[in-house]
Amino acid sequence: MSTTATRTVAAPEFVPPAAAAPGIAVNAEKLSIRFGEGEGATVALADIDLTVGRGDFVSLIGPSGCGKTTLLRAIADLVQPTSGTLRVNGMTPDQARLARAYGYVFQAPALLPWRTVARNIMLPLEIMGMARARRRAEAAQYLDLVGLRDFARKFPWQLSGGMQQRVSIARALSFKPSLLLMDEPFGALDEITRDGLNLHLHDLWARTGLTGVFVTHSIPEAVFLSTHIMVMSARPGRVVEVIESTLPRRRRLEDRETPEFLALSRRVRDALHLGYGHV
Amino acid sequence: MTATAASGTAAGGAAAATSSGAARAAQRGGAQWIMAALAMLFCTLARINLDSFGGIPWIMGGVGLVLLVAAMALFARGESRADRLASPILFGLMVIWLWEMLVVGLHVPFVILPPPSKIVEAIIGNLPILWIDFQQTYLHSVLAGYAIGCGAGFLMALAIDRSPFLQRGLTPMGQLISAMPIIGVAPIMVMWFGFGWPSKAAVVVLMTVFPMLVNTRAGLASSEAMERDLMRTYAAGYWQTLLRLRLPAAMPMIFNALKLNSTLALIGAVVAEFFGTPTRGMGFRISTEAARMNLDIVWATITVAAVAGSVSFAAIAAVERLVTFWHPSLRSGEKA
Amino acid sequence: MSESAVRKATGRILPIPTVVLVILIAWYAGAVWLNAPQAEALMDPDQPHGFWTLAQACWSMDRPVLPAPDQIVSALIDSVFGYPLSSPRNLLLQAGYTAEAAGVGLLVGLAFGVALAIGIIHVRTLDRSVMPWVIASQTIPILAIAPMLVVALGVMGITGLTPKAAIVAYLTFFPVTVGMVKGFRTPDPLQLDLMRTYSAGRGTVFAKLRWPASMAFLFPSLKVAVALAVTGAIVAEMPTGAQVGLGARLLAGSYYGQTMMMWSALIMASLLAVFGLLLVFVSERLLILRRGGRL
Repeated sequence: MSTTATRTVAAPEFVPPAAAAPGIAVNAEKLSIRFGEGEGATVALADIDLTVGRGDFVSLIGPSGCGKTTLLRAIADLVQPTSGTLRVNGMTPDQARLARAYGYVFQAPALLPWRTVARNIMLPLEIMGMARARRRAEAAQYLDLVGLRDFARKFPWQLSGGMQQRVSIARALSFKPSLLLMDEPFGALDEITRDGLNLHLHDLWARTGLTGVFVTHSIPEAVFLSTHIMVMSARPGRVVEVIESTLPRRRRLEDRETPEFLALSRRVRDALHLGYGHV
Repeated sequence: MTATAASGTAAGGAAAATSSGAARAAQRGGAQWIMAALAMLFCTLARINLDSFGGIPWIMGGVGLVLLVAAMALFARGESRADRLASPILFGLMVIWLWEMLVVGLHVPFVILPPPSKIVEAIIGNLPILWIDFQQTYLHSVLAGYAIGCGAGFLMALAIDRSPFLQRGLTPMGQLISAMPIIGVAPIMVMWFGFGWPSKAAVVVLMTVFPMLVNTRAGLASSEAMERDLMRTYAAGYWQTLLRLRLPAAMPMIFNALKLNSTLALIGAVVAEFFGTPTRGMGFRISTEAARMNLDIVWATITVAAVAGSVSFAAIAAVERLVTFWHPSLRSGEKA
Repeated sequence: MSESAVRKATGRILPIPTVVLVILIAWYAGAVWLNAPQAEALMDPDQPHGFWTLAQACWSMDRPVLPAPDQIVSALIDSVFGYPLSSPRNLLLQAGYTAEAAGVGLLVGLAFGVALAIGIIHVRTLDRSVMPWVIASQTIPILAIAPMLVVALGVMGITGLTPKAAIVAYLTFFPVTVGMVKGFRTPDPLQLDLMRTYSAGRGTVFAKLRWPASMAFLFPSLKVAVALAVTGAIVAEMPTGAQVGLGARLLAGSYYGQTMMMWSALIMASLLAVFGLLLVFVSERLLILRRGGRL
């Protein structure tokens, strides 16, 4: 069973500068990924259809082993699809990667311990050949954005886990990609820190008009952040349902107690149970 | 990875011990310092009077020894920097003092073991010879061989970096050769390069090149998959990834090899000189003077070798702390 | 087995023989290059000779600068099977002397190393006062004392196996101590707390927790110690005109310019080290098997 996501275009006041024209950021058709060959092969993803519009925030949620991380990695050209087509900003994932079209946030901060926080944020800019003075200015700006201006000269291991993950988000945004891919970025953090970062990320997204693809295990997180929630089932990874959010575009943490939010959570949970039924 | 985990546990254990350690340290008052001072006094008096008052110096020495051990035990309870330094220093002094007392007091023949006082005399009396030997062995053989060996090992590791085929072929060879008694090539090197220092440097090169190759390879492979993925998402090229990620990540392993090699280089140069050398060099001095039973000069030379070895090691370790300050085993001021 | 599995297996195994082959070819080439001046001098200058004749002459000299690998192999075979086992010219006998010194010394060093490590983890004073010296000893060329130890023990009338084994024991003792102290300290606080809830004594904690946990550190230390033991035994046989052992053969070869003697002693010493490593490796494997796949 596969579902094609059809969607409405994002609200006009949030049209991002990077994608002035409404369009499609990520498009997958009949995407399948197998690891290994012959009898020992595992099918990570089977016939996935997915469309992410510009300015959308799509969460991928599902049981462990449903291939949500693999899907994200395929979009980032870190894994190669076995069959089907995949387009990122209208390009192949490889071309999109070489065009530095997306920023990627990993499960762990993956900051280089020998660089200060500021120089970690400058790392992609350095690789992309930006001049030193501009690099500095950009890094300072993004440190401000994630509220870590005072920590520029600290080393990553001198920061708490939540701060480290904020640095890694700033690093992913520093070269102004139009697409932000996040793989359970807050999975290892405690609930309170996680709430704070969710709000932070939501504000960032709403202010910049980014497109987000977000992998998570947490239903409230997915519902709070997303315009669309893609629920997946495991072995092989398939799409159970794509739920379009009925919440307003701007949200506050308190909204999580509204009946609307709870109803949406309920829908996601039901779809997840359906996915577990496949196993 | 294992080493990191182990040091982490050790640190945890130390932290747990601190609270009770501090309590015990508080009970000491200043007793440990008084005891240490008294112990030194007694031990010194015992040595000075060793030849005059029959059994009395031995009794004084016994009292001194008991006080010394007690002071060491008290210092071992503390956690301060002085406490951590005092125990090993006192232990070193105790070994030297026991050596001196027993050798002099029991009239151990000079050819078996000279007392430390005679070794110090020999060092002072033979400074010019020791300096010439040091120049020959350390400043020529060791430094040249070490630089060439480490440099070549590093460059080889880089050269095979892009060829998994060569890596799979050369890495096991390097590991195997590292475990072999390479020192045995010394006579062959003397035959090839003559009696002068180049033959010793050649032995040093052969001893140091493979540990460096193996460690650099392991270091270059030590960056994490996630970090390499990160560089890939930036569309970073081979050289950018090497320079910005893999080489810095390899530094702890490279420094391990540099430290190991500093000891190996000195051993190689000294032992290679046993096989024939112009009439200077630390290995030459040790083997010829040992054969002539001039053990004080032998010990003096060994002292110079030991000091040279530990000073080189300490110097490399100091540079290591500057370069790999970020490594979990060296971090200070963990959280902001 | 699928085709890709075959390809994978050959991809893993093939590089080693390839590299060995390249080294052999380079070795033969190097032998021609290094031996050519001497070989040409020995040849009849009036007889014209091609490169092949020269190469063959280079590969079969009596006292080459660099012997060809097949020469070394045949010299090795000759020195092992060409003489009765009781003859001092039998290299196997000489290797036996060296192996004996290395083995005895290693066992003594191991016993002392483990004993000191046990003391260090249980007695705080030992830990603080002795451990820094054990670590510092890794930075100095201990092997340099070998000639002196042989002389001093010789004066006391102790010769033969004992001085060699003493040097080996002294060399191997330090890495074993350092490795075992680390190993005995690997159990984490949780495991130690668990033993505490059973009100286990120090002896029980050691037997049930520390000793089994230390095995992962024992074998790496042993591998280092084996390499050191063979090196130490050879060096101990060198400086004093010792009569027996591979070190003595190396020295004699170097004295009399007997190239083949040196090379076969060197290769024999390497084989000895490899054999020792193999023993450690096999016992490690056996223990790993008994523990269900990991140490």
